[in-house]
Amino acid sequence: MKITSQHLAAGTSGKIQVKDLNFYYGKYQALKNISLAIAANKVTAFIGPSGCGKSTLLRTFNRMYELYPDQRATGEILLDGENVLSPRADVYRLRARVGMVFQKPTPFPMSIYENVAYGVSLYEKLRKSDMDDRVEWALQQAALWGEVKDKIKQNGMSLSGGQQQRLCIARAIAVKPDVVLLDEPASALDPISTLKIEELISELKKNYTIVIVTHNMQQAARVSDQTAFMYLGDLVEFADTNTIFTNPSNKQTEDYITGRYG
Amino acid sequence: MDWRYFRRRATNVFNLSGSVFATLFGLFWLFWILWTTLSYGITALDWSIFTQDTPAPGGSGGLANAIIGSLIMVSLATAIGTPVGILAGTWLAEYGRSKPIASIIRFINDILLSAPSIIIGLFVYELFVVRIGHFSAWAGALALAIIMLPVVIRTTEEMLRLVPDTLREAALALGAPRWKMVTRVAYRAALSGIITGVLLAVARISGETAPLLFTALNNQFWSTDLSQPMANLPVVIFQFAMSPYDSWHALAWAGALIITLSVLALSIIARFLLRKAKMEHS
Repeated sequence: MKITSQHLAAGTSGKIQVKDLNFYYGKYQALKNISLAIAANKVTAFIGPSGCGKSTLLRTFNRMYELYPDQRATGEILLDGENVLSPRADVYRLRARVGMVFQKPTPFPMSIYENVAYGVSLYEKLRKSDMDDRVEWALQQAALWGEVKDKIKQNGMSLSGGQQQRLCIARAIAVKPDVVLLDEPASALDPISTLKIEELISELKKNYTIVIVTHNMQQAARVSDQTAFMYLGDLVEFADTNTIFTNPSNKQTEDYITGRYG
Repeated sequence: MDWRYFRRRATNVFNLSGSVFATLFGLFWLFWILWTTLSYGITALDWSIFTQDTPAPGGSGGLANAIIGSLIMVSLATAIGTPVGILAGTWLAEYGRSKPIASIIRFINDILLSAPSIIIGLFVYELFVVRIGHFSAWAGALALAIIMLPVVIRTTEEMLRLVPDTLREAALALGAPRWKMVTRVAYRAALSGIITGVLLAVARISGETAPLLFTALNNQFWSTDLSQPMANLPVVIFQFAMSPYDSWHALAWAGALIITLSVLALSIIARFLLRKAKMEHS
C-alpha cells in the first residue's frame, strides 16, 4: 500500500503514528487531540508560532517530558506499531531508538571522541577498534569527520557552535537510532552553519526518519517533505510541504506562512 | 557648573573614599595579623620543628607529633565527610530538587553550616567520648567531619546546579539511566567546582581548635593510635600560647605559621579551580 498524505494526516499509517494525543503542563493543556503520522525516511517539519506546542509534541516522541513531574501525556504514540507511552514500554530503549538534538548545542564536557562514544557505550560493549570505527562513521555521517579527525581527543566544547551541533548529531546517530528528532537545531547558528545542518538533514533522511521543529518557515520549506502547522495546541493542517506552502487549505495556515501573524 | 551635577560628583567622591577607607581598614588588620604570624613564625621555624615531638614544659623540641596528628585527623575527617557530603549534595541537586523534604534538608544544612564549632565538639564529646570513656583521634576526626559536611553538601549542590539542564536532557535523550547521567556527565561538568568545595572545607577544619579540645584533646608524645588522644596543631598552639615558657611560645608561633600557610595554599588552589569551573560553564 502506498502511504499518501491522507493516511499521514489521519494518523493511520507510518513510522510513528500519533493518536488522540493530549498533553498537560500541570492543569494547562498544551496539546489537544493530536493525530498524525510520520512517514519513514522522510523529513517532517512542525511549524507554528511560539507556544503552539510543536516542541512539546516532539518531546513526547522520546518521553523527554517525563523528567518533569507535572507534565503528562494521554493518548497513543505508536513507533512501528508499539505504543511508546505505555508504562510497560522501556523508556531507555525508546530513547536509544529515537535520538534527539536540541536547540542549543550540548556537547558533554569531554573529548570529541568520548562525546560520540558515550551513547554507544551505554548499550554495546565494543572493542576499542570497533568503537574507533563507529565514532569515525558517526562523525562522517554528521559531515564533521574532515574537520575534527586530527583533534579527536580535544574537548568537544572547544569546537565552534556549528561544529558542536554537528557533534551532537553525530552523537545521536552513533547509537544507530531509527528516528532523529531535531528541536530547532539551527536557530542558534550562523547562516553558513545553518546551511550545513540543512544539507546534512537532506543527506540523513536516506537512513533515518527525521522530525524537525523550526521557527524558520523557509527552513521548513527547504528541508521537509511533510509539514504540520500547529496553533495553540491544535494541529491545524498537515500535508505535503509543497501543498502547505503553495496551496494551504486552511485560512490560519495561509495567514501564518504569509507572515500575517506569528 | 550645574549645582546638581556638582552634588552628584561630591556624593560619588564621598562614597568612593568611604569604601576605599573601609577596605583599607579591613586589610590593615589582616596584614597586621599575617605580618605578626609571619615574623614571629619564621624566626621560630627550623628543621627540628618537623623532626622532634612537642617538648616538656620549658624544654626545646618540635611539632612533629602535632603536625602528623593534624594530618591524620584532617585526612580521616575528609575521608568521612567528602563521600557523605557529595552524595547528599547530589541527592539535593539531582533527585530531591523540588521535593519539600529537600528544602527542609537544605534549611537544616544551613543551620549546621553556621553552627559554632564548639557545639559540634560538645556533641561528639557527649555522644562518643563520654561513652567510650576517653578522648581519641576517632572522636576528633568525627567532629571535624561533621563540621566539614555542610560545606561539602552546599558546594556540591551549587556546583551541580550550575550544570545546565540541557546537558542532562542530552544525556538522558541518548537513553542513559539517571545515575549514569549523573556520574558520567553531571559530575564531569561540575568536577572542579566540587573539588573546590572539598578543599575549602579541608581549609576550614584544619584550623579548628574548639571541637578538638573536647574530642582528640592532645598528646605530648608521638602517637598514631586512633583510639588514643592525639596531638594536633590547633590545640598545641592554644596550649603553648597560654603557657609562661618562651620556647613554647616560639613553637606556637611556628605552628600558627604552618597552619596559616597551609590554609592559604589550599585557598589559592581552590580559587584557581573555581575560576576554571566558572570558565567551563560560560
